[in-house]
Amino acid sequence: MAWNDLQDAMAGHGYVASDDLSVALHLALSLGRPILLEGAAGVGKTEVARVLAAVQDTRLLRLQCYEGLDAAQAIYEWNYQRQLLSIRAAAEDGETGASVEARIFSEDFLLERPLLAAIRQDKPPVLLIDEIDRADEEFEAYLLEILADYQITIPELGTIRAVTRPIVVLTANGTRDLSDALRRRCLYTYVDYPDRATELAILSARCPEIEMKLAGQIIGFVQKLRKEELEKAPGIAETLDFAAALMGLGVADLTDDPAVLQATLTTLLKTQSDQASITTEVAQRIAGRAA
Amino acid sequence: MSRVTRFAARDPGPAARVSGFLAHLRENGLRLGVAETELALTALTQVDAAVPVQSKRALRAVCTGCREDADRFDDLFDSFWLNGGRVKQKIVPSKGETAKDHVHSSRVAQGAPATGAGEATAPDGGSGASEGDGLGKLMATEVTNLMKKDLRDLVRPEDILAAERVALRLGAALRDRRSRRRKAARKGDRLHFRRVIRQSLATGGQPFDLPKKHRPDRLRKIAAICDVSGSMSVYAQVFLAFLAGLMRADQTADAYLFHTRLVRITHALRDRDALRALARMSLMADGFAGGSKISHSIGRFADTHAKRFVDGRTVVLILSDGFDTDPPAAMSAALSRLRKRGCKVIWLNPLKGWRDYEATAQGMAAALPYIDLFKAANTLEELAGLEPELVRL
Repeated sequence: MAWNDLQDAMAGHGYVASDDLSVALHLALSLGRPILLEGAAGVGKTEVARVLAAVQDTRLLRLQCYEGLDAAQAIYEWNYQRQLLSIRAAAEDGETGASVEARIFSEDFLLERPLLAAIRQDKPPVLLIDEIDRADEEFEAYLLEILADYQITIPELGTIRAVTRPIVVLTANGTRDLSDALRRRCLYTYVDYPDRATELAILSARCPEIEMKLAGQIIGFVQKLRKEELEKAPGIAETLDFAAALMGLGVADLTDDPAVLQATLTTLLKTQSDQASITTEVAQRIAGRAA
Repeated sequence: MSRVTRFAARDPGPAARVSGFLAHLRENGLRLGVAETELALTALTQVDAAVPVQSKRALRAVCTGCREDADRFDDLFDSFWLNGGRVKQKIVPSKGETAKDHVHSSRVAQGAPATGAGEATAPDGGSGASEGDGLGKLMATEVTNLMKKDLRDLVRPEDILAAERVALRLGAALRDRRSRRRKAARKGDRLHFRRVIRQSLATGGQPFDLPKKHRPDRLRKIAAICDVSGSMSVYAQVFLAFLAGLMRADQTADAYLFHTRLVRITHALRDRDALRALARMSLMADGFAGGSKISHSIGRFADTHAKRFVDGRTVVLILSDGFDTDPPAAMSAALSRLRKRGCKVIWLNPLKGWRDYEATAQGMAAALPYIDLFKAANTLEELAGLEPELVRL
């Protein structure tokens, strides 16, 4: 499959990918390398993984990272409650120590977490490691072993090798700087806010019933809004919410009713100071220029 | 006319060109290993490599690792592959290349023989032309250096070494006790379940021993922002040495300079060669010893870099005299935005304690409510003396 076939296939699933992103994803698939996507919140990084899974017709395994995430929640954990019960039961049955040990540290007592699950699938799944920058440096170190060799070592069971290589998508939005070691192992693409044409294509792919005139106005408005000084510029998800809100309210033209426009801005502006800075006058000025 | 670079006839082939390109990227500061060359070649087989825009996309995905690199990549690619059809002669560096001055630049090594030579050519302690000539040359270099404000003349290697030691101690003083991750430990607040089960096996499932886990100490990150405006130039020597030392001692630290603009100098200062690091820094600090826009620069920092590098475990160290050309209100706005990242802010001011100081710097007064620690410091010794204060922070 060439990269533009992948681009078309993703478009078929409602994801309009830029050329840069499509080539990078194509390489990630054909070279079997993890891909690191960076970009502001709301530019569709997580969605890439979901669509990729749909295109490849495979499972999506998602690991949401957070501070303090450790091996027990990301890779595997023993089922301690079952182990305790089993030991007590064994003591009553008079089972010997060695066989109890062999039994309670077997697969039956292992709780699979996303990373272990990902390397034990028959069909290569898409493994989404979301917001890797939220996890701390120690976790990156775990990840390096898995991304380099696709194997996991469990002291009691031995090393588990990957049945198939998962397609790994990592996303980051810059909570902290990632280590060079991790960046080296990944292909890299910076996902930016889409340009006007791309965003229009995304909007018409996601809301096919929208009128072209309103769609053009919405995209113009959002693109202009991103150039204002905002704490949090609206992403694509916000644009789609905005369009859905306007359609739900039956608005045909953005400049018709200032009050409605101002009310629907809650879908775009997500901090108090941003809402305060985009007053009705400012919104009207932007809408007027966008129209 | 094709813009594609014409390579010399003796060029051995595409593989050598690609490795030449990776060497070109390395020279320009991208961190790439041998494995990347292989990966780049494999990647090119997956796209239509004869189309420049496609191979550019493929190589960008392979060779870049962060946004700064990705932004610079287009220019680097064009300068190597698309330099307007001119013949590119040096593709494969010859094996016998010995002089790598750009890798191990060292002004000390170059300087020392020069003084010896000077003495040798003036054996008679002469009064005439030879001495005058030497003096004249010396004067000339001094003047150009002053004009360019070469930071290497402000900071000596010994200063950096001393600063490195101070920075190490300060970093150690900033210990944090808030790691969320737990580790096995003799004393702790939670049970270490894995060990409990493991050890209870020996006693038939009765957990007699209860191993614990606790939250270990974690170093805080330091982000240092240094003012190099005109009013600070007297203190620049100390602070720049401190920054250079800090970056060498602490791999997680982050450094910025500002006068009227803000520049990130972390990568430049991480250079293994201390003096070359300073040279790179002086190239970036264009406008050194000019005016100062403190609030504007701190605001820029809060809006851009702080979103990536500053979190609740970061200490932001501001080294500035607080003489700001922006209004005081801008200062409080900028600092309050920075504080929202959850960091601690320490302001080290060389002028604090001067008699008339309080009245003049209004920006400083506006900043005070947002600062966790406000101290005077203008020598390395005073910086080292901050250690007990940082422990208490």
